[in-house]
Amino acid sequence: MLDTAFFVRWLTATAAAVERDADLLTELDSAIGDADHGSNLQRGFRAVTASLGEEPPATPGAALTLAGRRLISTVGGASGPLYGTLLRRTGKALGDAAEVSPAQLAEALRTGVAAVAQLGGAKAGDKTMLDALEPAVEALGSAPPPDGSSSFPAAARAAAEGALATVPLQAHKGRASYLGERSIGHQDPGATSSALLIAALAEAAEADGEVSE
Amino acid sequence: MSIEAPVGIVLVSHSGPVATAVAALAQGLAGGGGTAPVAAAGGTPDGGLGTSSELIAAAAASVDRGAGVAILVDLGSAVLTVKAMLAEGDELPPEARLVDAPFVEGAVAALVTASAGGDLDAVEAAASEAYQYRKQ
Repeated sequence: MLDTAFFVRWLTATAAAVERDADLLTELDSAIGDADHGSNLQRGFRAVTASLGEEPPATPGAALTLAGRRLISTVGGASGPLYGTLLRRTGKALGDAAEVSPAQLAEALRTGVAAVAQLGGAKAGDKTMLDALEPAVEALGSAPPPDGSSSFPAAARAAAEGALATVPLQAHKGRASYLGERSIGHQDPGATSSALLIAALAEAAEADGEVSE
Repeated sequence: MSIEAPVGIVLVSHSGPVATAVAALAQGLAGGGGTAPVAAAGGTPDGGLGTSSELIAAAAASVDRGAGVAILVDLGSAVLTVKAMLAEGDELPPEARLVDAPFVEGAVAALVTASAGGDLDAVEAAASEAYQYRKQ
């Protein structure tokens, strides 16, 4: 089972990954966006980390909804409401349980990703964060591998592959869509940061040792 | 619907100067300095480009007279932030509404209608109608 500490570890690991790769995200965003994705997410996740320290959440759901609220209020760019909605809806779907199973998390994340798709009006293949999140949720929701390992590393791989697969796509949403065919050949910054989020999830699970279904 | 309780208008832009200037333009064209309250929520709190949910919440609270608040937005994160705030449920006045309208033309139509005593539906209709006016 996954407790509140697991979710705090996930968010903290995401914040660390954003710090580490902020320059990369901004570089990707300078190719097809407005060159602020790294710094925007950095500001948002610093606020999340601070809030987690100031008002420690009591449940997994509370940890995610707190993070979502902070992202919406601090990021400033479109990634704020999008990631904010993802985490907040996922948190709400988890309810007030003290611990959740990996299967419950997978189902809640599916709800969160669907809310992101609805908010942005995007679908897989539009060169957005959904191209990383949807395959990740699929992998997470699948039966765990027979070798006894958990689905988290598979989700991280699926998200990373999904982000890489945005390179040949043409953007249909956001600032990048104005570039038309010139958006082809660049990896989507949002899909890249989404892959960081899912990699951090796998990292948190690994630190947890054996994650049982 | 009475003029004593006008609909409030909030203008959300990526840019502080754009939001402020469009509010001033709408007030000027609404005549008499504008009867209905209008507030600008542009850019980030530190003056940068972007969208701030805190500025939006403050602007909406400042124009809420109990008759509803019409929120007009420009691009990208302005649209998504207001939608996300409305989905949250408690960050905006109960009768706040995202109005689908061109930013400048819609702002003028919304403020003129609100100042004439139109209710939230009338304000929304007038602002959205601005999409019908073709320039060529």
